[in-house]
Amino acid sequence: MISLQSLMNLDDRYELIVIGAGPAGMAAAIEATRNGVKTLVLDENGAIGGQIYRSITTATPKRLAVLGKDYAGGAELARTFTESGAAYLAKATVWRLTADRELGVSHDGMAKLITGERVLVATGALERPFPIAGWTLPGVMTAGAAQILLKASGAVMGPKMVLAGSGPLLWLLASQYLAADVPLLAILDTTPRKNVLRAIPHLPGFMASPYFRKGLGLVTKVRRAVRVYKNVDKLRAEGSERVERVRFSASGKEHSLELDHLLLHHGVVPEMNLLRSVGCEMAWDEEQICWHPIASAGGETSIPGIYVAGDGRAIYGAELARFGGRRAALEISKSLGAIDGAAFEHLCAQLEQESRPFIRGRFFLDRMFRPRREHLTPAHDALVCRCEEVLGSTLHDTIFRLKVLGPNQLKAFLRSGMGPCQGRQCSLSVTQTIAKLRGVSPEDVGAYRIRPPVKPITVGQIANLQTRHKRGLECLQ
Amino acid sequence: MLRRLDDFSTQTVRISIDDRTVEVQVGDSVAAALLLSGVTTTRTTVVSGAPRAPYCMMGVCFECLVTIDGVANRQACMVKVEKGMNVRTQIDRHPGRTT
Repeated sequence: MISLQSLMNLDDRYELIVIGAGPAGMAAAIEATRNGVKTLVLDENGAIGGQIYRSITTATPKRLAVLGKDYAGGAELARTFTESGAAYLAKATVWRLTADRELGVSHDGMAKLITGERVLVATGALERPFPIAGWTLPGVMTAGAAQILLKASGAVMGPKMVLAGSGPLLWLLASQYLAADVPLLAILDTTPRKNVLRAIPHLPGFMASPYFRKGLGLVTKVRRAVRVYKNVDKLRAEGSERVERVRFSASGKEHSLELDHLLLHHGVVPEMNLLRSVGCEMAWDEEQICWHPIASAGGETSIPGIYVAGDGRAIYGAELARFGGRRAALEISKSLGAIDGAAFEHLCAQLEQESRPFIRGRFFLDRMFRPRREHLTPAHDALVCRCEEVLGSTLHDTIFRLKVLGPNQLKAFLRSGMGPCQGRQCSLSVTQTIAKLRGVSPEDVGAYRIRPPVKPITVGQIANLQTRHKRGLECLQ
Repeated sequence: MLRRLDDFSTQTVRISIDDRTVEVQVGDSVAAALLLSGVTTTRTTVVSGAPRAPYCMMGVCFECLVTIDGVANRQACMVKVEKGMNVRTQIDRHPGRTT
């Protein structure tokens, strides 16, 4: 790895630019450089690893012990990446990508435009919006946020902490807290009972997958140590200046718990603002209840030369993100003439075989942890758009009375999706609410149009931007 | 309140949060430093003045906007602490859009 220190060190052109240094991005860069492809990896964070392996290169033994084997397993990938020939710039924000693969990158208060003959978007996932009443109160965070605090700062919450929602991450976080001897007040499991029935056809695949033993052990251990309320709905956070209690119903009985921290989680979804901004075609996936970029087996999107891999393509987890990153890098290497057809076929076949057990396990997880329908769209007294503070009731009324057809029309009425997060926290909920009220599929409703810059950049940085052929504000056109 | 596990990393730096000097660990994001220093509200919203605090810690919710070394609306979760950094929360006692 050639660790770059500033934008000045960036060349104007690379054969491959990878956006994101998580499992998919690192695996792709390793494979591409092995084939002699001149590769640059850009990442927004201060160190490699992405979210799943955050701070892996600086983790203390105690943190590794608390975070568990899967996390520690990321160290080898990180080491291989560090030993690869890829150039890498940390704290680099990609705020623009065009169909001719020109990237706007900012770093340390400066910005620059560079071009990749191929671009791989490996920007991962973000947590699915969980628009319940009170989710904006200080003290309410995502389970992912708690993991980040644990990985990067060795910080834990307490003493009265409640986890609410559904999905593997919820149980993993609980087990990590237990490993650190930090007590949890309760887990509010929102998984609907009927999920089990829907998941059963995929049980054999799951049992044959590496996820089975791990998951079973995790859940058993946590259940023994923590009070778990099952079949939870009507979830709401309450408090004035910060969260003070959570109210919910468990199997039909009402409960209220006083707490300091409420962590929400019901799955993750691809972060797709960058791909949307360049006009990649998307399809609605009813199984994972989110959008997926349409891509070939090798990860090429509808825009030639732009590829996607990892959880930014579909939610398959860290192990499959590695396979996906490598697969995309093979495709890219072949398209650049860096490997021949025979080597390509051979390596692809090998990858497919190795990844199969993991894929079979995911179908079960998707169905077992399918979010509760009522949590996908906002309750009447919940904010749907956190930035512009649009209530669920306002959203419902406006869609109903003004016969709103789609999210972009809604922007004009409510400003939802127009705040600083650029729709990342409300896009899915808004699309699904409109779809529900119109009685059509989310596919027919569409999503917010996303325009560059997809990350904040100062006017000064744009004004000072210079390239051979364009200057300053022209770059945004 | 957040607390730190008994860890082995002891490299610390001093930063200022709303004119208060606090000691934080190298590697902390500003958002983590704020939470670990007992700050519960890091900004009030421009629409209604409601209190907000870091929510996602990974740069996608934009709730943790604070002023860092005089530059407003920085994402506290995406900036690592540095020695002598001056952090100010963005709490407005008289909220409301002024356009």
